[in-house]
Amino acid sequence: MKENLFHSVRMDWDKCVGCMNCIKHCPTEAIRVRNGKANIIKEKCIDCGKCIAVCPHKAKYAQRESLENVKNFKYKIALPAPSLYGQFNNLDDVNYVLSGLKQLGFDEVFEVSRAAEVVSHATRKKLKENKTGKPLISSACPAVVRLITVSYPTLIPQLLDINAPMEIAAIMARKEAMEKTGFKNEEIGVFFITPCPAKITAIRNPLTLDEPVIDGAVAIKDIYPALVHEMGKLSKNESLLEDLQQSGRIGVSWSTSGGESAALLCDNYLAADGIENVKTILDEVEDGKLDSMEFIELNSCTCGCVGGSLTAENPFIAKRRLQMLRKYLPVSCIKYTDEEPESDKLDWEKAPQANNIMRLADNIFDAMRIMGEINDLEAKLPKLDCGTCGAPSCKALAEDIVRGFAGIHDCMFLTRNEYAKSNDPEAEMFREILPAPFRKHEEE
Amino acid sequence: MENIKLHYDVDSNDFSCAGEASGKIKKALKDLGFDASLIRNVAIAVYEGEINMVIHAEGGVIDAEISPEKVTVVLKDKGPGIPDIEQAMTEGFSTAPENVRALGFGAGMGLPNIKKYSDTMHIDTEIGVGTTITLTFNF
Repeated sequence: MKENLFHSVRMDWDKCVGCMNCIKHCPTEAIRVRNGKANIIKEKCIDCGKCIAVCPHKAKYAQRESLENVKNFKYKIALPAPSLYGQFNNLDDVNYVLSGLKQLGFDEVFEVSRAAEVVSHATRKKLKENKTGKPLISSACPAVVRLITVSYPTLIPQLLDINAPMEIAAIMARKEAMEKTGFKNEEIGVFFITPCPAKITAIRNPLTLDEPVIDGAVAIKDIYPALVHEMGKLSKNESLLEDLQQSGRIGVSWSTSGGESAALLCDNYLAADGIENVKTILDEVEDGKLDSMEFIELNSCTCGCVGGSLTAENPFIAKRRLQMLRKYLPVSCIKYTDEEPESDKLDWEKAPQANNIMRLADNIFDAMRIMGEINDLEAKLPKLDCGTCGAPSCKALAEDIVRGFAGIHDCMFLTRNEYAKSNDPEAEMFREILPAPFRKHEEE
Repeated sequence: MENIKLHYDVDSNDFSCAGEASGKIKKALKDLGFDASLIRNVAIAVYEGEINMVIHAEGGVIDAEISPEKVTVVLKDKGPGIPDIEQAMTEGFSTAPENVRALGFGAGMGLPNIKKYSDTMHIDTEIGVGTTITLTFNF
C-alpha cells in the first residue's frame, strides 16, 4: 500500500452486515457496500471517524497501538490530548491524570495542551502579520485539513501554516527527554493519547512534516479503564502524586470547539464543529463570503476533539466537565514575551497536497462527457437515495455506473420494475403491489 | 459533445434555501475541474441573483448551461420588474424592505456585484411582468 493511502479507519469484515448506515453518513461519500460488505475508497477517506461512530455493528475500527507495544522503547513518553481530562467526573487536578499515566508505565508525560499554548502564541503573531484580506483557517484538526485537500483545495493557502499541537508537543518532549536522560532518539518512544482516528493517520503520514515525529497512538477509550483504576489508587496514596501539570486554560480549552479561537484574544473569529457544518462554512469561505473574519476554527467532531470517536464519554458531558475543571487551572503556563517560545519547529515543513479525486476527469472535455452521462442516468433512477445499491445516493450510483464500478441493475427498484413489465406469470404480483415509496398518495 | 444543462427553482421568501442553486452549480463546476477563480465568480454572481429573486420577486427559476468555453446562467422571475436599471445598478441603492435589511441583506450591492463578477450581463425587465438576467462567464 502506498504510504500516503494509509488509513487508520479499518473494516472488521466479520462484523459488517452490509447495512447502509455508514455510506449515508460519510462526508466524502467514500464508502460503498459491495458483496455484502462495506468498502472504503481509500483515495476519498479523510479518516474523520464518522463511520466508526455511526456503525451499529461496530464493524469499523481505528488501527492503533495497545499499551503493550509502547513497552518496546527504553524511554516512553505519553502525550495526553487535553480532551482526555474531560473523561473523568469531578476532576479538580490534572496531576491525577498525568501521574496515573506514569503509573501505567510511561516514564514521562508531556501535555499536548502545553504545546497548544505555544501554538496559540504563534498564531496571534500570524494573525497580526496576515495582510491577505482573507481569514486564516485552523490546521489543528487533521480531518478538516484532509477534507480541504480533497474538496476545497483552493483553501490550502489560507490554512494556518503551523504544525499541530500534538506534533509540536512530540518535538518538544523528545528534545527535553534527550537532554535530560541522554537516551538516543530511537530509544525514546513518543505516544499520543488520542481522541480520534484522524490523528492516528496524521501521525503515520504527517500532512505538514517531512517525517513522522510520533511513534504511535493509544486511544483514550482503550487506556481509560486502567487509567481510572490508577487514579483511584493515587487518591488513596497521594505520595505517588507528582506535580506534572504544565498548561493552563488556554491550552486545555483547545479540546472543545471555540477553545483555539478564544486563545487568540480576537473576537472576530468563527468556530464551527461537526463535519457537515464544517463543509457549509468552507463553502462560504470559498465564495469569499467570510472574508471580513480574521480566524476560522473548524473541528470535524461535534463539540471539537471531545467528540472524537475514540473517546469514552459523550462530547457534551466531557465539555461540561472541562468547564468545571477550568477554575482549578491557571490561565496559561508559558510566558508570553516577544521572544520566540520554547519550540523551534513550529512552521510547516511542507504544505498539504491538493488531491483532485473528486474531479470527474483530468480534462474538461472528458469531465463534461462523464457528467452528461451521469445526469442522464440519474434521471432514470428513482431519486430515493435509499442506498440499497450500495452507493450513498442515486447520483453516486450514476457516477459509479459511468465509471464502471456498478451496473444499472444494482438499483433494485429499476430492476424490479423491469421484471414487473415482463411476461413472466409470477411478475403479476409485482405489478399489483408497489413498494411503499411508489404507491399513489390517497387523498383523505 | 453536449453542453451540461442545470435547472433550479428558487422558492419565495425562503432565505434558508437561497444559495442552493448557486451551491449546486458551483459543485458541478468543481466536479468538472474548472478554474477556481471562475467557479468563485459564478458562485458569487448567481448567489446574489438568487437572493434578489427571494427578496424582490417571490422566487423564480435559474437555468445554467455549461460548455467548455463558457457558462451561461439565466435567472428568470415574475416579480415587479426594475423601474430604473441605471439606478438599480448604483452601488448602495436598494429597495429591499427593512425586515430584509435587518437580516444583513439589501445593501444595494446585488446587481453591481453580479455585473462585477460576470463577463457579460443582460437585463430584460418589464414592470409588472418580471425580470430576466442573462449572465455569461468566459474561460
